[in-house]
Amino acid sequence: MILVKIGNYLIPVVVLLIIIYAFKKKVNVYDSFINGAKEGLELAISIFPYLVAMLFATNILLKSNILNSLFSLARPIFDFIKVPVEVLPMAIIRPISGNASFAIMIDLIKTFGVDSFIGRIAATMQGSTDTTIYVLSLYFGSIGIKKIGHAMWAGLLTDLVSIIVSIILVSVVFG
Amino acid sequence: MIMMNKIWGVFIIIGILFSLFTGNIESLNNEIINSPGEILNIFLSMFPLMVVWSGLMNIAKDAGLLDKLSHLMTPLFNIIFPEIPKGHPALGYIASNLTINMLGIHNASTPFGLKAMQSLHELNEDKKKASRSMITFLVLNTSGVTIIATDIIAVRSLYGSINPTMILSTTIAATIITTIFGLIIDRIFYHIWRKK
Repeated sequence: MILVKIGNYLIPVVVLLIIIYAFKKKVNVYDSFINGAKEGLELAISIFPYLVAMLFATNILLKSNILNSLFSLARPIFDFIKVPVEVLPMAIIRPISGNASFAIMIDLIKTFGVDSFIGRIAATMQGSTDTTIYVLSLYFGSIGIKKIGHAMWAGLLTDLVSIIVSIILVSVVFG
Repeated sequence: MIMMNKIWGVFIIIGILFSLFTGNIESLNNEIINSPGEILNIFLSMFPLMVVWSGLMNIAKDAGLLDKLSHLMTPLFNIIFPEIPKGHPALGYIASNLTINMLGIHNASTPFGLKAMQSLHELNEDKKKASRSMITFLVLNTSGVTIIATDIIAVRSLYGSINPTMILSTTIAATIITTIFGLIIDRIFYHIWRKK
């Protein structure tokens, strides 16, 4: 796959291009990096309470095993369409908390192996969409929008498609 | 925000009730006692990456690379955001936000996203209602256009993948398909909602 090759080069090349371009524009790269890093640090600390709140609630829900129990009941249906039920709790959590679904992804990778079918589906689901409900509440909340029109339905429908597409792609590419 | 409050509370109530019902008290206790430590570990593993990329992004911003990017994206923006006037500052913020998302540093893109929203709000006529451009921007954000999923590659290498970046082939393909679908859905819903 050519995409895999590109992927290997992408990060180093992006870093290289940023630095070279900045040199050309006579930017003080070190100072600029420090300033950005400071902002990044502040931001990281400011999102910490949100992270704790979301992971705390989703952890209690997940460790109660209610999602697994519900999906186990439906296992025959999902087996028939070749969807591993193990990834479904993550699919439910993905639009609500990116950090919680990230934690589930790590759990799945630990349990089933990083290069397993399930491990790859989890990574693809994590990488191909973002947290709809969190972004919605954060962005619209910040400017005081009350009527959000079709934003949530469009977002959630897109999430559903992302889950389906992830499973199909992993089956086809790595199958 | 109302939505978030409900979801948060309901998660905890359902989780605790189901644990009590299934006699899962020990694991529930463990969860409540140990989960803050686990959360701190997750935070510690992701935040150095966030700091590094915020630094690199600041260099890109100071060098004018992000402005250049918004210029490059203009033809695309004309199609996706027909209601934003050309050269409006909102487009610069949107371009920066999308680019940082593409590089997979979602937490670093948040400040640009918030600025983009504020800027779009200035164009908004009804201050209580989300404008068409705002919704499109949100759909674009929630579909998460990610080219390099930095954090995922980091996790995959941490857990000994034979080729951590191999996952990019499926994440990139999935993100492109999902984003195109999201934009189409947004258009269709916009026309349906308007008729109501």
